[in-house]
Order: sequence, then C-alpha cells, then structure tokens
Amino acid sequence: MSKEKLKSDAEETHDVETTGHTWDGIEELNNPLPRWWLWCFYLTIVWGVAYTIAYPAWPLVNSATAGLLGYSTRQEVAQEIQRVEEHNAEVSNKLAQSNLSELSTDDPAYHFGVSGGASVYRAQCSQCHGSGAAGAKGYPNLLDDDWLWGGSLKEIEYTIRHGVRNETDSNAHWSQMPAFGEILDKKQIVSVAEYVLGLSGQDNDPDLASIGQTVFAQNCASCHGDGGEGMREQGAPRLNDAIWLYGDDRASLIETITYSRFGVMPAWGQRLDDADVKALTLYIHQLGGGE
Amino acid sequence: MSTSPDQPLYAPQEPVFPKKVSGTFRRLKWWIMIVTLAIYYITPWLRWDRGPHLPDQAVLVDLAGRRFYFLWIEIWPHEFYFVAGLLIMAGLGLFLFTSALGRVWCGYACPQTVWTDLFILVERWIEGDRNARVRLWNAKWTLRKWRLRFTKWLVWFLIALATGGAWVFYFADAPTLASDLASFDAPFVAYATILTLTATTFIFGGFLREQVCIYMCPWPRIQGAMMDDSTLTVAYRNWRGEPRGKHRKAQAAAGLGDCVDCMACVNVCPMGIDIRDGQQMECITCALCIDACDDIMARLGKDRGLIDYLALSDEPLERAGAKPRPIWQHIFRTRTILYTALWSLIGVGLVWALFVRSDIGLSVEPVRNPQYVTLSDGSVRNTYTLRIRNQTAMPREFRLMLTADSILRIEVETEGPEVGHVIVPADQTLNARVYVIARPQDPAASQDTTSLRLWVEDVETDARASASTVFNGKG
Repeated sequence: MSKEKLKSDAEETHDVETTGHTWDGIEELNNPLPRWWLWCFYLTIVWGVAYTIAYPAWPLVNSATAGLLGYSTRQEVAQEIQRVEEHNAEVSNKLAQSNLSELSTDDPAYHFGVSGGASVYRAQCSQCHGSGAAGAKGYPNLLDDDWLWGGSLKEIEYTIRHGVRNETDSNAHWSQMPAFGEILDKKQIVSVAEYVLGLSGQDNDPDLASIGQTVFAQNCASCHGDGGEGMREQGAPRLNDAIWLYGDDRASLIETITYSRFGVMPAWGQRLDDADVKALTLYIHQLGGGE
Repeated sequence: MSTSPDQPLYAPQEPVFPKKVSGTFRRLKWWIMIVTLAIYYITPWLRWDRGPHLPDQAVLVDLAGRRFYFLWIEIWPHEFYFVAGLLIMAGLGLFLFTSALGRVWCGYACPQTVWTDLFILVERWIEGDRNARVRLWNAKWTLRKWRLRFTKWLVWFLIALATGGAWVFYFADAPTLASDLASFDAPFVAYATILTLTATTFIFGGFLREQVCIYMCPWPRIQGAMMDDSTLTVAYRNWRGEPRGKHRKAQAAAGLGDCVDCMACVNVCPMGIDIRDGQQMECITCALCIDACDDIMARLGKDRGLIDYLALSDEPLERAGAKPRPIWQHIFRTRTILYTALWSLIGVGLVWALFVRSDIGLSVEPVRNPQYVTLSDGSVRNTYTLRIRNQTAMPREFRLMLTADSILRIEVETEGPEVGHVIVPADQTLNARVYVIARPQDPAASQDTTSLRLWVEDVETDARASASTVFNGKG
C-alpha cells in the first residue's frame, strides 16, 4: 500500500490510453509496443519469404521447390563424406601400402585401421561371426587363442583376402575332411569319439577310447596330429583344447566324424579394397587372440 | 481513462539526452566501469604457467578440448557442477542484492548499463553535453552534423569491435588467435562471433539503450518479486519536495516544498523518466538523479537527499517527522540473511568439493558381448575397458591391479614400461583394455559371477582409484 502512496499525484492521475474497445465497461488499455519491434516483425516476414525463395521449401506434387541457392541436405552429406575421405586419404593410402607386421601400434595408420576395421567388421562380418566376434556354431570365435588357419597378421590377412573353401578364389584355403561314416563302422566311430573326448580332457569310456586310439592313429592323426594338436596348413582343428567349433559333446563329435563339416567363407579381397582388408586384419588381430 | 480510438498502437522511441552529472554515485559508477571493463578486456591476456603440457592462458574456455582453465583450477566436463554451482551462486547473489538494494545490478554492473555509459561518454566528448546534443538532433543534416555523427559512430564501432574481439579470446590462446585474426587465418566461427557481438554492442549501446532494459530484458519484471518495502531503492521524498515550484526568496515560506522543479533529475536520467513520478519499471536505479539533486540542494543551501536511497517502509516515519530506521536494519532482514546463508552454503560446498576432488579417476566398462571367452587351455577370460583419468599436468605411470574373492589373473593389453603398467599422458583419459583370466580349476571359471575390484595405483605417489565390476564364469 505504501508503494501506492509514495506515487505523486501526477502519477495517480496519469492516464493510460485505451484502445477504445469496451466490453461491459471493461476497457482495453493501450500500452504501445515500440516501433522498432514492429520493424523487427516485418523483417522476420521478409526473411521468411526470402528464405523460401533461396532454400528448398514449397512442396510440389512429386518434389519441392529447389531454391535459388541450390542447397540440398543430401548434397551436403555427400560433400561432408568427400571431405572426410580426402582428409583420410593419406593415412588410408599408407595403411593400404603398409606391411602390417611392421606397422607400429603408435602409428596413426594403425589406429585408423583398427577403428575403420571395426566398421567394416560390423557391416560385413558380424552376420556370421557375431557383433562381438564371439562366433557361433560353425563360425569361429575370433576372440580366443585358437586359429584354424593361423592367427598372425599375415595369416589373418590371407584368410580374409582369399576366404575358405569358396569357388571364387583359387587361392582360398581348402581342405576336406572325409565323411568317415562311409569309411569306418559305427563301433569305430563311437570309439574314436570317446578317444577324442579324452584328448580334450573330458570324461570318456576308457575301454572304447583305447580302441579309438588305434582308429585315430590310422585315420585322423595324419591331419589332426598324433596328439590331436591340429595342423594349420590343412586347417585341421586342434582337438586337445577346450575350443570346439561344432560342439564338444559326444553326439556332436559322432556327427562330425560321420558326416564331416564344410565351413566356407567368402574371399573378401574381391569385395573390399586393400585398405579395408588391412583395416579388418588389424581389428581382428587386436580382439584378444592375435598371434 | 481517456478513450482515443485513433491513437497509434506502436510508440516511437523517444530520444534521451542524459546531461553530464558529477557526485558520489557518478564517481562510484566510473570506478565500477573502469574495473569491469578492465577485467573484461585484460583477462584473456593474463598468463599462468601450467607446465609444458597445458595452455598457459590464465582464463581459458577450451571448448574443443573440453577443458575450462581458471588460474590454478582446471575443470573437466564431468566437473561441470562447479560451473553450475557458480551460476546458482550468481543467481542467489542477484536475489540478495536485489532484495537489499533494489536494482543495483541494473544500475551499476549490468553490461548494458556499463557499455551504454561508455557510449554516452563518447557521445558527450564528440557532440557536447545535453543542450548541444538536443540542438544537433534537431539540426538539419549539414556537413558538420554528418562529421560529428560519423565520428561518434566510428568510435562506437571501434569500442564494439574491441568488445566482440575480446570475447573470442576467452575461447582460444589469445596471442595466437590475435595474429590469426589479423592474417585472416582464424576459424570462421571467430569472425562470426566478433561480427555478431560487434553488431549487438554497437546497436544496444548506441541506439537501443533504455529500450533493451524496458522491452527486451526479463530481469526488471522478475525483480519485483525480490523487492519489498524494506528494500533500499532510489526514490523521491515527495513529502519533503511537494508542492514543488520555483523558489523565489520572497516565496520561501509560501508553503512550497524543497523541490524547485529544476528538472535536473530528469535531465540526467539515462532512461528518460521522472523519478518524482514514483517507482517505475523503467528505473534502473543508477542513482545519477541523486547526484544531480544533491548538487542543486547544496547550491540552495538545503539538506541533501531529496532524491535518495530509501526504503518505502520508512515513509510513514519520515512523514511524521521521525528519523528513518538505520540502513543496517533494512539490509539485515530474514530474507537477505536467508539468501546470504544459501549463497555461503553453496560457496563452502564448492570450495570443499574443489579440495577433496581426486586428480585421478577410474571407470570400468566390462565387455559383455560376449560375456566371457573360453581359451584353448579351458581358462575363462573376461575383457574390460578401463578409462583412466589423469587430471594432472604431468604424465603419470599407473600399475593395474585387482582384488577379488576368487583367484583371478589380470593381463593388460596396452604396452607399458613394465608388465601391468600403463602411462596416461598429462591431462588425458586413457582407454586401456584389460583381460581378467580364471584358470579352469579356479572357482571363478565355473561360477556364474565373481565380484572384483580393479585398481590403478600411481607408481610414484601410490595414489589410487578403483572401480568394482564382476567376472562372468561359465556357471
């Protein structure tokens, strides 16, 4: 209240103009906006109209007006991609021409490769090997320390470039385990399965396993080694470890021995450029199992 | 209420020609202007040695590097609460000052007021004081008017350019950016920022002035909620001044108040209002009318303070001829004490947080796709990504360790000077991949989960940080 009292008489009688609108005796006061505000408002209208002329704006039946400046978001994305590629051209070329085993982990090309390889992996490899590279039945786990065709940079690059058991690349890894169902009788197959279970430290029937040992020596050791240590030149898996591509149980082993397996992988050298293959190699190698 | 249907809905800006004034408050305002402008323009050029790995600019907002440097303090993005806390303190400080002293921020320290004051000073130097400026405003556009106007605009523009220019130096190394700007090698955003701030300074300080306070700024409307009738604010003692009138010696006793209606208070007002009309939204309480009126009162041999800082609650006392309550009673009220307490609480909290914060940090991100990997010998391996934060200005060497209920072995992927050691560069976060392995015979390999804690320990100082996580076994 005292605020009101402090106001001078002049203030009390100072009239606020009205707009002349009256409803049931209620009048609308007119506290005018500043003139510059109106000009700003007009400016936004002019800006809005000019904008729709300069930029794509008005929808037509099948498209939209293109705008005088010729701007488009797709074009901008294309330019952005081109700019990034130009920016990466040098390091990408270096990666494509480098010998991976001599590439230092401090080299920018190494980091470019690992990051780029991760993208290529997700796009091309994750469908079979899994997004976390843990593999699946029939598709090797790329994180562990067991490699069918070798886990050095050079060997991984070769496998990626040429693939496994494909018809498109004459340099593809190739080997074929016979389907022993046509060679051995059922008892021999069951016995050798018991022996192989023992190789990887699992419980087995010692009597059958001792029969299986002979069968193994005659039929399997030439590729899988006398102690089941495998042979990478043949892509013959180690049998004396804890890693099994098609399952480590009795039934899976008998199935594998009886019918054999035939895992294939495309030759990525035909689909990816050199830099991508090498990037992928670096990525796979540093996942945890690289040799 | 008058009704005039033809009156315009839009009001033209009334030109304001503030007259030169001198006095206590004007002097205070000059000093505040000098100090605040000096802080603004000089700060980016101050240096502060932080060693070879960090920038040597005393105050730097490194947006690209996501660091904020303030003298010896460095803030990382996860410590943004310091900035938030300071903003809250600034807000509460504004509440405190407004409830105690009204719109003292507006009148003395607001950039709009400070720069407008500077621009009016320039205007006065070039075009003369109020009367000369009014004459020039009404004059035809002669060569002289053009010359004066152009000179004024040029000086305004240079000040505006320096203002916009100084701003960008807070965001990059000032000497480097200055030479880049001069050689047109600076980034586009630097030029765009300077251009924008130059334009706003030039227009707001030179032309829009009081319009910014009246129409654009939300603060005047919020401030009403923080003021009450104990707030000290600039007001006119109308019980002493009225009825106003031109004093002549003979009329001294003729029932007139102290106000001689000299219009000095109106002529010096940068907002173009008459304080004698009472409190108004337009008034920024710059107190120049107090100086102007005190000057006149002194010449008339009357007491100062016809226009003064006063609290509305004192009005009945003063009308009754009593003395107003002392100033401290107006300033120390429940409300201001509460604001001060809150302000101090947050301030103490921030200082405490500043001293207890750790300059190393560790967070662990377990790789969960897959949860574990079986190795050839039957061991079970889990993978973790460690983010090791080194917030010091020197590279630090850490050894990585783990503690767990079960037997587990740790392997570090990153190459370090020793097995299990990593070096984190100065002022950086290092991502290190760590493998934790359980042998086939260890319980952790067959259990579902085993809790573990990963540690980093500074090799030299033994300072540690840790983070807990779990190990996934085959169970």
